[in-house]
Amino acid sequence: MRGLVLCFENVGLRYGMGAEVVGDLNFSVDPQSFQFLTGPSGAGKTTILRLMLLSLRPTRGTIQIFGEDASRLDKDMITGFRRRIGVVFQDFRLLEHLTTYENVALPLRVMGRDEASYRPEVIELLDWVGLGDRKNALPAVLSGGEKQRAAIARALIVRPELLLADEPTGNVDPAMAKRLLRLFVELHKSGTAIVIATHDLALMDQFGYARRLVVGGGRLTVYDAEAA
Amino acid sequence: MSDGLGGELPIPADSRLKRDMPLVPADSIAGRALVVVIAIMTFLACLTAVGALLIAQASQRWRADVSREVTIQIKPHPGEDVQALVSKATEVAARSSDVADVHALSKNESERLLEPWLGQGLDLSQLPIPRLIVVHMQTRQQAGLESLRAALTEAVPEASLDDHALWLSRLGTMADVIVMFAAALFVLMIIAMATAIGFATRGAMAGNREIIEVLHFVGAEDRYIARQFQTHFMRLGLRGAAIGGSAAAILFLAASLLSALSNSSAGGREIAALFGAFSLTAGAYVAIFVICAAIAALTGLLSRQIVFNHLRQLM
Repeated sequence: MRGLVLCFENVGLRYGMGAEVVGDLNFSVDPQSFQFLTGPSGAGKTTILRLMLLSLRPTRGTIQIFGEDASRLDKDMITGFRRRIGVVFQDFRLLEHLTTYENVALPLRVMGRDEASYRPEVIELLDWVGLGDRKNALPAVLSGGEKQRAAIARALIVRPELLLADEPTGNVDPAMAKRLLRLFVELHKSGTAIVIATHDLALMDQFGYARRLVVGGGRLTVYDAEAA
Repeated sequence: MSDGLGGELPIPADSRLKRDMPLVPADSIAGRALVVVIAIMTFLACLTAVGALLIAQASQRWRADVSREVTIQIKPHPGEDVQALVSKATEVAARSSDVADVHALSKNESERLLEPWLGQGLDLSQLPIPRLIVVHMQTRQQAGLESLRAALTEAVPEASLDDHALWLSRLGTMADVIVMFAAALFVLMIIAMATAIGFATRGAMAGNREIIEVLHFVGAEDRYIARQFQTHFMRLGLRGAAIGGSAAAILFLAASLLSALSNSSAGGREIAALFGAFSLTAGAYVAIFVICAAIAALTGLLSRQIVFNHLRQLM
């Protein structure tokens, strides 16, 4: 079990006394692996991503994260693990009163790093995702695609060991989608495990070597790359 | 990571880059309302505290003045030469080493003391009006008073010595009650203000729920988030306390100027006799400053604690 980035065993989640939203989740995420989490809208992809991010507590089963039982982690340990995870939300979750630069630099800022120490890498990453001239722009004036790129840049800036991305290319044109995916590939090559939630078949087809975690009816089926 | 993300670059000297925005938005309607509440409460708290300080100082001054003053009273009896007794008692008092000053009120002066009650123009020569001798002691020590009493009893048994102890004790009690009342009022104001800060903090937490969530997701510790809110509320507290404290200081300054101007009138002199010249000492201004600083600190610490408690419940 040790060495895995994530391991779900019989994980289920229900809200209150309602039916299980997801159940019997059994899968793991290896270091440096690349997988798509896919399924129809409303199937539970975002819920599973939130379970991976430890922002939801499962009602049954166990989640192991970086070899530790998530149910035994205290808040400081969860915070420590989250610093090793980059996350791209479907709705971007950029802070509206901060500039693009400040939003992208946020994970480094909350670690207590001096602003001057991370300024070059943030600016370089902003240039890379095509937001070099939007550094001082507030999210309210960014287009959907620009917000998405800013959200991706914020997830990548800490060079995470695990990247969770919810529909990361949903709002950008094909050329920018390709550019962003190259960024994910680069990140993957440098050792990051990638989980991308999407229902974009064309996108998945570009990555024949990626595993597919298919969610349907609250259950998850794993299709390894060879079997896909 | 490869070429795209790493590399040694000089730090760009981009002065236009905005990078210091507080993580909790600085300006909001709730924030401005809190500043107004804190300013009003600080103003009232300063008025109460400094008012209590004025009364305590005045009471201390009265006690110091009056407790050094004693009165020898000689009641006239038929067949006795009151004037001779007054002279003798004055002589005995003046001889005492504990006495600083002796002033025997003349018959006319004694009669004038009754004018407020009996009116003017009456012939009081037939009335047995007691004669008074005002004695200022060197110190407030009881031993000196007792030795004077003993000397008087021996030389002039008809004289009685009044050290105003009863009056002083009542005056002291009244002043103490007023000061305690002001202290209770001050505490109530602080509690009301703390409650307002609590509501404002919870409101800010609800209004900034998404910010807190994002900060958690990007790896911010509870301590870090709480510090952001503490800084935010401490700034609001400082602004409110500075406005309220300055208003109180200006009010006291204006009151002392007015009091100085009105000192030429009889009413002004009476007020000055009661409360002093209504001029605040440097200590009172220091008290205003300390109250303002304490309120700002209270605002920050209280909001930090509330934020901590709230964050503890979140995952």
